[in-house]
Amino acid sequence: MNELLAALFDPNIYFFRYALLTGIFASLPFGIIGTLVVVRRISYIAGAISHCVLGGIGLGLYLEKAVGVTWFGPMQGAVLSSLLAAVVLALVSRHARQREDSVIGALWAVGMATGLLFIARTPGYVDPMSYLFGNILLVSRNDFFFVLVLDVVVLGLVGVFYHRFLAVCFDEEFSRLRGLRTGWIYLLLLCLTALTIVLLVRIVGIVLVIALLTLPAAVAGSFSQNIRQMMLLAVLFCVGFVVTGLGVSFTLDLPSGPIIIVIAAIVYLFTLLGGRVVTAFRK
Amino acid sequence: MIQVQEKSAISICDLSFSYDMQAVLVDVNLEIAPRDSICVVGPNGGGKTTLIKLILGLLTPETGTVRIFGRKPEEARLRMGYVPQYVQYDPQFPISVSEVVCMGRLGHSFTGRYSRQDRAQALEALAETDLADIADRPFSSISGGQRQRVLIARALASRGDILILDEPTANIDHESELQFFDLLTKLNRHMTILMVTHEVGFASTFFKRIACVNKEVKIHPTSALTGDLIRDLYGGDLQMIRHDHCCSGEGHSHE
Repeated sequence: MNELLAALFDPNIYFFRYALLTGIFASLPFGIIGTLVVVRRISYIAGAISHCVLGGIGLGLYLEKAVGVTWFGPMQGAVLSSLLAAVVLALVSRHARQREDSVIGALWAVGMATGLLFIARTPGYVDPMSYLFGNILLVSRNDFFFVLVLDVVVLGLVGVFYHRFLAVCFDEEFSRLRGLRTGWIYLLLLCLTALTIVLLVRIVGIVLVIALLTLPAAVAGSFSQNIRQMMLLAVLFCVGFVVTGLGVSFTLDLPSGPIIIVIAAIVYLFTLLGGRVVTAFRK
Repeated sequence: MIQVQEKSAISICDLSFSYDMQAVLVDVNLEIAPRDSICVVGPNGGGKTTLIKLILGLLTPETGTVRIFGRKPEEARLRMGYVPQYVQYDPQFPISVSEVVCMGRLGHSFTGRYSRQDRAQALEALAETDLADIADRPFSSISGGQRQRVLIARALASRGDILILDEPTANIDHESELQFFDLLTKLNRHMTILMVTHEVGFASTFFKRIACVNKEVKIHPTSALTGDLIRDLYGGDLQMIRHDHCCSGEGHSHE
């Protein structure tokens, strides 16, 4: 524990501080957007978006290292590809109806495939593992500022359009009958989901990020009576998972992403079991 | 000169609709006057829900027109209150009864925030449906009959002129059903009521007319609900179940 605190305040180990701060501040959009993703039941769509991020990361690496473009790196690529995936998925859900899941599955794999192809053509050694499963050594100062900006955007938009998001998640058809532009609200939700996912890809990775988006909200869901409560609790749970996960990963010298996810999953499991026990006692 | 009639609440003219080349509704003509009460009956897959979605403007007719008070459904949406089947909702969705009812007030401001007047209208709708005392309960914790009433309250909060209900009595007990028709009778004084059901018999005392939907739409006055009509509707002879009478385990029938 002392070692952990020492590392936290050691001026030379700056990446750990950034990882911790980024994780804590990223929990805000994660809890809020994660709640909407869980209640709207679109975790598989969020999964497809996160896997498409690799395509953008690959493109960014390729442009940066092979072509020599200075203003377009992996981060810009990740943002671009996740937003693109969000737009495609919003269009698909509006027009494809029955075939929606096939398209989602295809996009999921195509995103990864293009990413790996770009990485293969990028000179020098790039380890895709660190993008897939996260690597806190990659967290930089810029990431932290990016998270702060997104905090403001998510809080602002969800704060202003709270009732619209709630209505579209609860009953899209009825919302449409009340004159809401549900297609646009859904697109906005997917875009916010996309940006949120990009945030924590560095820490937990593309494959694992989906669990961190949905597990805190799922745990929070069993203690909440309304969406506001669920969002608040999800944020707190997310902070808890990230902080303990990073602490354990540092102390035991294990990769941070998988540790965070395993902790979240254990808590979720106990919540489910606890819920069962409580209902059994009530009967 | 004949006196100009009051404009129809719902007017459907030569409407046809099909899903993937399969005709669902053919040549439908239907006029529903303000404060009419009409029950839409017919077999599953006969096109009842499609008809409702066309009236609400959720689907666009292939040929023909739908007019609500003389305007397109999309333009008249705020004049219609819609009560869908409650079974389509996620039972774990964390939302309170009053939050659901407030949704009836959406569409009045850009951000979707509720004004004091919106909340007052929602409270009034809750009182009308005898739900005021459970307004703060989670939607997931109340009974099926109560949930159905919450959805009606949500539609009432919209303060429309037409109330459209999709199988609202499918999952409620007899007692709640009687209360439900009392409420509809009260609402019918100022609203046009259109309700879909797959049951027929009980509705006859409240509804002024019955529309039978099975690809075509035929209108019947309620008194004409006879064996011939049921045969027409379900395409064969059926026997009536005598709920008023009990018999031995083997059963028997009255000719």
